Amino acid sequence: MMMNDMAQAVAETAQGGGRRIGEVILDLQNISLRFGGVKALTDISFDVREHEIRAIIGPNGAGKSSMLNVINGVYHPQEGKIVFRGEERREMEPYQAASQGIARTFQNIALFKGMSVLDNIMTGRNLMMKTTFLHHMLFWGKAQREEIEHRKKVEEVIDFLEIQSIRKTPVGRLPYGLQKRVELARALAAEPSLLLLDEPMAGMNVEEKQDMCRFILDVNDQFGTTIVLIEHDMGVVMDISDRVVVLDYGKKIGDGPPDEVKNDPKVIDAYLGTSH
Amino acid sequence: MSDSGGQTALDTFPRLLMHHAKQRPDQPAMREKEYGIWQTYSWAAVAENVRAIACGLAELGFKRGDRLAIIGDNRPRLYWSVAACQCLGGIPVMLYQDAVAEEMAYVLQDAEIRFAVVEDQEQVDKMLEILPEVPFLQHIIYDDPRGMRHYTQPQIKGLDELQEMGRIHDRNQVDFLDAEIEKGASDDISIMLYTSGTTGKPKGVCQTHGAFIAAARGGAEFDKLTDKEDILSYLPMAWVGDHLFSFAQAMYAGFTINCPESGETVMTDLREIGPTYYFAPPRVFENLLTTVMIRMEDAGWFKRRIFGHFMDVARRCGADLLDGRPVSAGDRFQYWLGNLLVYGPLKNVLGMSRIRVAYTAGAAIGPDLFRFYRSIGINLKQLYGQTETCAYVCLQPDGEIKLDSVGKPAPFVEVKLADNGEILVKGPMLLKAYYKRPDATAESINEDGYFMTGDAGFFDEDGHLKIIDRAKDVGKLNDGSMFAPNYIENKLKFFQHIKEAVAFGNERDFVTAFINIDLEAVGNWAERKGLAYAGYTDLAQQDAVYALIREGIEQVNADLASDPMMSTSQIKRFLILHKELDADDGELTRTRKVRRKFISERYSVLIDALYGGKDSQYIETEVKYEDGRSGKIAATLRIEDVKTFSPQGGKQAA
Repeated sequence: MMMNDMAQAVAETAQGGGRRIGEVILDLQNISLRFGGVKALTDISFDVREHEIRAIIGPNGAGKSSMLNVINGVYHPQEGKIVFRGEERREMEPYQAASQGIARTFQNIALFKGMSVLDNIMTGRNLMMKTTFLHHMLFWGKAQREEIEHRKKVEEVIDFLEIQSIRKTPVGRLPYGLQKRVELARALAAEPSLLLLDEPMAGMNVEEKQDMCRFILDVNDQFGTTIVLIEHDMGVVMDISDRVVVLDYGKKIGDGPPDEVKNDPKVIDAYLGTSH
Repeated sequence: MSDSGGQTALDTFPRLLMHHAKQRPDQPAMREKEYGIWQTYSWAAVAENVRAIACGLAELGFKRGDRLAIIGDNRPRLYWSVAACQCLGGIPVMLYQDAVAEEMAYVLQDAEIRFAVVEDQEQVDKMLEILPEVPFLQHIIYDDPRGMRHYTQPQIKGLDELQEMGRIHDRNQVDFLDAEIEKGASDDISIMLYTSGTTGKPKGVCQTHGAFIAAARGGAEFDKLTDKEDILSYLPMAWVGDHLFSFAQAMYAGFTINCPESGETVMTDLREIGPTYYFAPPRVFENLLTTVMIRMEDAGWFKRRIFGHFMDVARRCGADLLDGRPVSAGDRFQYWLGNLLVYGPLKNVLGMSRIRVAYTAGAAIGPDLFRFYRSIGINLKQLYGQTETCAYVCLQPDGEIKLDSVGKPAPFVEVKLADNGEILVKGPMLLKAYYKRPDATAESINEDGYFMTGDAGFFDEDGHLKIIDRAKDVGKLNDGSMFAPNYIENKLKFFQHIKEAVAFGNERDFVTAFINIDLEAVGNWAERKGLAYAGYTDLAQQDAVYALIREGIEQVNADLASDPMMSTSQIKRFLILHKELDADDGELTRTRKVRRKFISERYSVLIDALYGGKDSQYIETEVKYEDGRSGKIAATLRIEDVKTFSPQGGKQAA
C-alpha cells in the first residue's frame, strides 16, 4: 500500500502540480458568430478538458472575448454546436450557464463600485440562495441560517485570496489590481466548475501579475476548477496554461501545448512577431 | 490554588499553563480572527492543544534539551508549540518569519535544529531550500495546510496530523506528559531568542523560565495586570517584546492574547478587540496620528474648529488629569466635554477606548507624539530593556511620566552606571548565556554579575534613567564634559523640518551640526510662504530656510541648557547640507542610521570650515544615482552661528 501511495504521489508530481487532467467537458464544434455583416468568429472548434488551464490568445479584435461570451451564453452563435458535460447546449441565457457552474470575470471590471468587497462577493452566491425576498426582509430562521452558510463560503474565498484587510472597503476605493482580485473572488464564490477569466492580468504590475498567477494556479490545484483564460502576457500564458488556442481575425490558427504553439510559424507571423 | 499547600511552585511556563487550565478553564486564553470571526480558545482548550502537540512531538522523537525552531506570524498554534516544546523540556528557538532562507540557515545550523514548526507553505519552501545545509533537520511541521497537498518529502508533516498522533499518545500514556512537566525546573532554558546581529553574527540568547517569569511578574505587578486584560499580538514572535507581553505575561497573569487575521488587518482587529494593554513601536503611534490628522484636515470647518479647540484643552490639562495632578474645575469641565465630543470617539477609532496601559520602546518617541496620546487620556509609557534582559530593565511608573526618560528601574532590577556612563544591569531576568558562545557571554557580563548594555545614560534628580546614546559613540568635549551625538541628533530630528542631523564635537571645543532638511515638510512650508525654489540644493541654501532651521536649533539649545549634563552640548554653529544623506552613497546604513565616521571623512572640508570660523565653504560631492550612474553636486554652503543659552538661565523650551 505504501508503494502504491508513493507511486501515485510521484505520478502526481510528475504531472506538474498533481492535477489529473480529465475528460473533455466543453466541446465547441464549428462555431461561427456574426453581428450583421461582421464575422466575429468563423468555424472555430476546440475543446476544454476537465481540470486544465486553457488559454485563448490572439491579437486585438481576434474574437477572444466573443469566444468567452459564446461559452457563457451571452452571445448565441449562428452556426455550430456546444457540448457541455456531454449534453448539447441549446440557446441559453448567462444565468443558466452560471447555474450549470460556469463563472467568469470581465476584461473591464464589472463590480458594484459603491458596495463593499464582502457584499460584492456575496452577490456571487446569489443564484444559490433559496429563500425568498420575504424571508430576507424578516431575516429570521431559514433566511438567517442560509445567509450564515453563504457567508462562511464567502469568507473561505476571502481567506483563499488573502483579501481580509479590504473586506469592508467599498470596491471603488481599491486599486485596480485588487479590484481584479475581488472579481475573481466573486466568480469563485459561485463555486464554479468552469471558470472563464477575461484578461485577469491586464494593466497589472509585475508583482500583481505574479500574485494573480499564483492564485489562478492555486484555484486550479486546490478546487480542481477548469479554467479558460484570455491573456496578452505571453510569459504568463506559456507558464501557466496546459494548452493554448490561438485566434486571428475570428479564425483559429493554432492549438496545442504552449511549447508547440510558441514555435508555430503561423502563430509567430500573426501574433508573436518575428523580431525576438 | 497557590495557597493550598503541597502544590508545586508555578515556576515554569508549562506549570503556569496547567494551573490556568484548572483555575480558569473557561476563560478565554486566546482569540484568533479567522474567516471573519473571532474564534476563542479557553485555557482548557489551549492546555488540551498544547498537550496534543507536545505528545505528538514526543512521538516523533523530540527529547529533553532538543531545540524546536518556530517560524511564522502570530498564530495560536505557534504559541502553543512554544508551550508544548517547553513541556517536554525542549528549547523553542524563534526566528523572524520574514528572514530569507540563508539567514535562517545560519540560525538553524547554530542551534542544531532537528524539529521546526512553521506557519505555512512559504516557510516550508524556505526550509526545503536550506535542507542541504541543515542535514540534521528531520521534521518540518506546518500549521496552514494550504498548498501543501503535493509535498511528499518525508520530513514534512501537518500540525493537525501531529496533534492527532499526540492525542493517541496521550491516551495511551496518560502520565507521560505530566511527568515531563514535573521534570522541568525554573533554571531550565525556556527560550532562545536571536539578537539581530547588527554587529557580527546573530547570537542566541538563552533565557530561563525563571528569568521570563520574573520579568512577567514584575511587569504585571508594576502595572496591576489582571486576568481580564486583552492584548493584541502582532509584533514578530521572535522579538523579545512579543515573547514578554504575549507569552510570558499572559501565562503569568492569565489574560487573553488576540491574534490578528493578517498583517494588513491589524488596525481593524485592534478596533474590534479594543485591547486594555498595548505595545507598539513609536512608528505605529506616529502612523496612527498621521492618519487621524489627514482625515481631520478633510473634515468640515465646524468639526475642525471643535477638534482644534478641544485638542488645545487636552494639551493644557489632559496629561495632568492622567497623572492625577490638580486641574482647575473649569478645565475639568472642558476636558469632560472634550472627552464626550472628541477624545472618546477618537480613541474609539484608534481602537484605544479600553487601554489601561500602553507601552512604547525601541526608538526615541517624539515629544509631540508622546504628549498627544497622553493628552487624550491614553496612558502611554516608555520602557527600556533588551533581549538579554527579557526587555525588562526600566519602566515608567504611572503618574511619573517624563518625555525623555525611560523611567525607574523595574522591580527586582538593579541598575548602575559605569565610569564611562555605560548602563549596567543585574537581576533575575538576565540571560543565562549566549548559546555556545562562552566568549560572548563573558564579554557581556562583568565579574560582579552585571550585564553591560552598551548604552550610555544617567539618572536625573528623581532617579529616572535617561538613555543618551550607544556607549561607544559617546565622546568628550575639550572641556571634559560629555558629548552624546545621538542624543542631540534625536532632539534635532523631532523638529519636523529636520530630516537628518549629524552632530560633531568629540575632542573639539564646541558642538556643531550638519542638517538635512525634510524636503517635503520644508517644501510645503515654502509653498505656503510663496518661496520659489528649484530642488533640494537650492531650497536648502535659502535665507528663510536657514532662519527656520536656526529657530529649531535654538529651541534644542534651550532644551539642552536646562539639563545640567548636557548644557555644554549646545550647538554653536551649523550648516545645511547641499544633498540629502543617502544609503546609496554610503552615508547612511540601510536602516537609516548615520555612518558618523564615513561622513566626517567625506565632508572633512565642511567640518574644518565649521570649526575654522568661516561663514561659507565650497564643496563638490560625487553622488550615485539610482540607476547606477554617478555625478557631481557642487555648492557653496553657508555656515551660521546659533544663539546658545547659559546653563540654568535658559528659558524652558516648549
